[in-house]
Amino acid sequence: MLQLDAKIPSGPVDKKWQKHKFEMKLVNPANKRKYSVIVVGTGLAGASAAASLGELGYRVKCFCFQDSPRRAHSIAAQGGINAAKNYQNDGDSIWRLFYDTVKGGDYRAREANVYRLAELSVNIIDQCAAQGVPFAREYSGHISNRSFGGTQVSRTFYARGQTGQQLLLGAYSALSRQIDDKTVEMYPNTELLDVVLVDGHCKGIVVRHLISGKLESFSADAVVLATGGYANVFYLSTNAKGCNVTATYRAYKKGAGFGNPCFTQIHPTSIPVSGDHQSKLTLMSEGLRNDGRIWVPRQKGDKRHPSQISEAERLYYLEERYPSFGNLVPRDVASRAAKERCDAGFGVGPGGYGVYLDFADAIKRLGRDVIDERYGNLFEMYERITGENPFDEPMRIYPAPHYTMGGLWVDYNLMSTIPGLFVIGEANFSDHGANRLGASALMQGLADGYFVLPYTIGDYLARVKPGAVKTDHAEFRGVENEVGARTNKLLAIKGKRTVDSFHRELGRVMWDKCGMGRNAAGLKEALQKIPTIREEFWQNVSVVGSGEDRNQCLEKAGRLADFLEFAELMCRDALMREESCGGHFREEHQTPEGEALRNDKDFSFTAVWEHKGPGREPELNREPLTFENVHLTQRSYK
Amino acid sequence: MKIKLHIWRQKNSSDKGGFVRYEMNDVSPDMSFLEMIDVLNEQLEAKGEEPVGFEHDCREGICGACSMVINGRAHGPQALTTACQLHMRKFKDGEDIWVEPWRARAFPVVKDLIVDRGAFDRIIQAGGYISVRSGSAPEANSILVPKPAADSAMDAASCIGCGACVAACPNGSAMLFTAAKVSHLALLPQGQPERMLRVQKMIEAMDREMFGPCTNYGECQEACPKGISISFISMLNRDYLKSSLVQIKKGAEKVQAQ
Amino acid sequence: MFGFYKTTVGKKIVVASTGVVLFLFVLGHMAGNLKAFMGFNAASGRYKLDEYGEFLRTMGHEVMGNYTALWIVRVVLLLCLLLHLITIVQLQYQKQRARPIGYAKREYDCATYAARSMFLGGLLLLIFIVYHLLHLTTGTLHFRGFEEGAVYSNVVTAFNQPLIVAGYLVAMLILSMHLFHGVWSMFQTLGLDTPQRNKLLRTIAAAASVIIGLGFASVPIAVASGFLNLGQG
Repeated sequence: MLQLDAKIPSGPVDKKWQKHKFEMKLVNPANKRKYSVIVVGTGLAGASAAASLGELGYRVKCFCFQDSPRRAHSIAAQGGINAAKNYQNDGDSIWRLFYDTVKGGDYRAREANVYRLAELSVNIIDQCAAQGVPFAREYSGHISNRSFGGTQVSRTFYARGQTGQQLLLGAYSALSRQIDDKTVEMYPNTELLDVVLVDGHCKGIVVRHLISGKLESFSADAVVLATGGYANVFYLSTNAKGCNVTATYRAYKKGAGFGNPCFTQIHPTSIPVSGDHQSKLTLMSEGLRNDGRIWVPRQKGDKRHPSQISEAERLYYLEERYPSFGNLVPRDVASRAAKERCDAGFGVGPGGYGVYLDFADAIKRLGRDVIDERYGNLFEMYERITGENPFDEPMRIYPAPHYTMGGLWVDYNLMSTIPGLFVIGEANFSDHGANRLGASALMQGLADGYFVLPYTIGDYLARVKPGAVKTDHAEFRGVENEVGARTNKLLAIKGKRTVDSFHRELGRVMWDKCGMGRNAAGLKEALQKIPTIREEFWQNVSVVGSGEDRNQCLEKAGRLADFLEFAELMCRDALMREESCGGHFREEHQTPEGEALRNDKDFSFTAVWEHKGPGREPELNREPLTFENVHLTQRSYK
Repeated sequence: MKIKLHIWRQKNSSDKGGFVRYEMNDVSPDMSFLEMIDVLNEQLEAKGEEPVGFEHDCREGICGACSMVINGRAHGPQALTTACQLHMRKFKDGEDIWVEPWRARAFPVVKDLIVDRGAFDRIIQAGGYISVRSGSAPEANSILVPKPAADSAMDAASCIGCGACVAACPNGSAMLFTAAKVSHLALLPQGQPERMLRVQKMIEAMDREMFGPCTNYGECQEACPKGISISFISMLNRDYLKSSLVQIKKGAEKVQAQ
Repeated sequence: MFGFYKTTVGKKIVVASTGVVLFLFVLGHMAGNLKAFMGFNAASGRYKLDEYGEFLRTMGHEVMGNYTALWIVRVVLLLCLLLHLITIVQLQYQKQRARPIGYAKREYDCATYAARSMFLGGLLLLIFIVYHLLHLTTGTLHFRGFEEGAVYSNVVTAFNQPLIVAGYLVAMLILSMHLFHGVWSMFQTLGLDTPQRNKLLRTIAAAASVIIGLGFASVPIAVASGFLNLGQG
C-alpha cells in the first residue's frame, strides 16, 4: 500500500500556494552549490527547471536523448499557451482559468494544483516575454490573444503556429546560459534507462550514451523526471518518434505510483493514415473546425470522388447530432463521432479511416482570400503531405492520440511516491484530470519548471544531507548490471521480426481496445493479447547491430519493451474505471445521447497503481478527490 | 514506384564510409522520404543487416532533427520542406537518389547520415539568450514591441536549427543560423542591453567551431526549410561592425581614463 | 582592433571595405578611359586622353610637386589590393577547411557561376593587373613604340593587335563577373542590405558590373574596329 499524502496546504484554495511558499524550508544560498540535482528531459518542463535550478546555485546535470536539448517534443505544439492575464478585458481571471481547467478535466484533477497552475500562468507570460519569445503583437505593441479550444475568453498567447518552438527556445536559451555559466552540465544523446534508489530515496540514474553505447551512472541529491507522455504506446500518434514511457515506467517499477494511466487525449483533426508505411500522424490545428464542415457520405462504402456526392447524399453528422455546437463540439466528442462513422463503414479515403472536413461553404461565404489568410499555412502543409489541395477538394481528417494526462503520481510538491524523485510536465499526472484543455500543456510544463519545482525541491533538499551517495555505491552497480543484462538480452534474441512490426501490432490493439472508446470485453481481450505480443517480442525480435555504438534499432527495442509492459497497466486502469470521463470513454457508461457519463460517487479519485514485482498484479491505490470550490456538473453540448 | 538509392553508410566517426546502393521496388508516392527509409530499414533488419542511421523525431518539420542531403540538395528538391515532410511523389519512377549526410568539419559524421550538431548548441551557449532570472521578469505588456519588429523577430526566430544552411553553403558557413539567432534578439527591445556583446561572443563561438566564412552565395536561404532570409546576415554584419566600433571607442576611453 | 580582424566576419568586412576602394578606383579608371573617345584637342595639339594622363601625374603639384599625389593614390590602392588579397587567401583557407569532405552530388539553387568563381577570377585579375601595368603603365611589355606620356597612341598601337584585344576582353568579362557578385556581396557584408532594399542593391550591383565591363571593353573594341585611330580629327 502506498502512502498517498498529497501534502495539500490547508486554507482557502487561493491562499494555499502563498502559504506553502512561506512554510517550505529554504536551502542556505552558500549551501546550494553543495547539492546536485539531475534533470531528465529538456522539453518545456525540463529545460525551464534545469535553468531555474542552475540559476539558484544548485549543481545541475541535465540529460536528453535528442542530439540537442532544443529538439524536445514541446517544440511541436502549435496552438498556444493559456494565461489568465485578462488582457482582453473579457472577464477572464485566475479563478475562471482554474474553473475551466477543472471542468475541462471532467473533475478528475486536484483543485489545489490546478489553482496554483492558473495563478502562475500570468508569471509565465512575463518570463517568456522577457526572454524574447516573439509573441504575436497588436499594432499598439501589446501582446495579442486569441480564443482557443472552445473557451469563451481570449486567453491564449501564441507565436504564429509555432508557440511550442518559441517557448522551448526561450527555455533552451535560459538553459544554454546556465550551461555557459557552468551551473548546468548538459548531456545530449543520453538516454535514461533506470533510476537508482538508496535507502528508499532516489539518488541517481543509469543512462546509456547513445553514441558510444556506454552505460554510466550519475548520482545526485534529487532526480527530476521531465520525460513527457506515452502516446506512442499507440504506435501512431502525433508524438515525436522518440517519445517514450521508459523513464516514468522504470520509476514505476522502482516503486513510484502511476496515476491514471488510461487518461489519454485524442485529437480530432489529424491527417489520416495513407498506408502501412505510416510512421506518425500529423496534427492539423483544431482551429480548422471553425470554418470547415465535417461530413461523410450517407451511403456506406461510397467510393465516389467527393465532388460527385451531392448535398443530399452527405451526412453532416456533427451538425445533425449537436445542433447548437455543431462542428465545434469538444475534442473527444468530435473524435468519437468520427471513429463511430468510420467503424460503421462510412469512412473515406484509403483504408476508409477518414472523414471530410469541407471548406467549400466557407470559401463561398468568405471568399478564397479570407480562407487563405486564415488557413493558408495549414492548407500548404496538408497539400505537402497528401498531395491534395483543400481549396479544390475537402480535407480528410481522422483522430489521433495526442497527449496523455496520466503520469507518475505526485504530491503538491511534485514529488512522486519515491522521496527525492520529482516529476514535472506531461510526465506527471497532476493538473489536467481526465482531459486537457487546448493550450494548457505548455502552461503546465513551464509553471512546473520555472515556478513550482525550484521552490518545492528546496524544501526536500533542505532535509537531506548533500552528496551523501556517490556512484560507487553498490546500488548503482546493481542497477547497471540489470540494465546491461537487459540490453544484452535484446541483442542476443536475433529473431525474425522487426521492432516496428511489434510496435505496430501493439499499437493496433491499443487503438482498437483502449483508444477513444473502450469497453470491458475489449479491454479484457487486450489484456490477453498484450502478454502474447510481449512474449513473442522477447523471443523473436530482431535487434541488429551491437551495443557499442549508435544503434537506433536497440534504442527502439528498449523503449518498446517498456511500452509492452506499460500497455497492460493502461488497459487495467481503463477496465477498473467503470465510468466515462474526459478522454476516457467507456461505452457501457454513456447517456442516452451518447455522452460521457461520469460516476462521481464511486470514481471521484485518482487511481494510483503500485508495482508489486514481476508477474504480480499491480495494486490499486486511491487518492480521493474533493471539490470545495468547483461545482460538479455533467456537460452537455446539445 | 521503383527507385535506386545510393546511401552514404559509415559505421562510426572513424570509419571511412562509402555509398551503398539499394533498390526499392514498391515505394508508395504517399510515403514521406523518411518513411521510405523506414521501409528500407525494416527490410534490412529482417535480413539481419544494420539499418541506415538517420536523425528524425517529430516528423512534422519543426524539431530540426532530420538532416540529409538528397540529390545534392539539403532536405531534397522541395523548397521550404524538411526531409521528413518531403514525399516520394516528388521523385520520378525509376529515379536514382543520392543520400548523403550534412558535410561540414563542424558537423562530424557520427554514423551513416547522422552528424553531430553540438556546435550549434555551443554557439547559443556563447550568448544566444537574454539574461533574465526566473521570476524576475516585469509585467509582459510593460515592454511594448512594435508589430513590425515583433514580426521580423519571429521570422528570424522560426529557425529550427537543422543545419541545412551549413550543409548547403559551399563554404560550410553557419552565418544564416547565427544571424537568425542574433537578429531575433537584436530586433526586440528586451534584447538591447546585451546586443553588442552578444554578437561578438556568438561570432567568436561560430569561428571557434570552424564553420567557413560567408561569401553571400545565398544557397543557405534557398535550402532553409523555414525560408529565413539572408538579410539577417546583413543585419548581423551591421551589428558586428557597430559592436566592434563601440568596443574600439570604449577601449580608447579606457586608455584615456588611465 | 586585431580581435576584429580575427573573426571571419571581421575579415569579410575588411575584404568588403577594400573592395569599395578598389571598386571606386575601377569606376574612375573606366570613366577616365572614356576620354579616349573625346578625341584631339586642337588648341593644345594633344589628345584629350593624354591631357588627362598629364593631369593625373601633376595633380596636387602646387602643394607637393608632380607625381606625389599619384603615388599616394597608388600606394593606397596597392595596400588595399594587398589587404584584399591576403584576407581572401585566409578566408579561402578557412572555407576549404570547413568542408574537408565534399558531396558526391551537388546542385546549386542560386549560387551563380560568378559567385563560385570569385577566387579564381580574382587570381586571374591579379595576373591581368600585373600584365596591364607592365603593358600600358610602364610599357615594358608594349613592344610597339611605347612612349611615356603619349597615352592615346600607346593605347591605339597596343590594341591594334587582335590577340591583345581578345585578352583584354576576356579580362573585362572576368572583372565584370567579379563585380557582379563582389558589389552585391560588398553591400551585404557591410550590412547595407535589408529586405526592402535587397532588389535595389542587387540591381545596382548588376548594373555596375555591366557598365564597368562595357565601359572598359569599349576602348579596345573601338580601336580594333578602327573607330579610334591615330588620326587627329
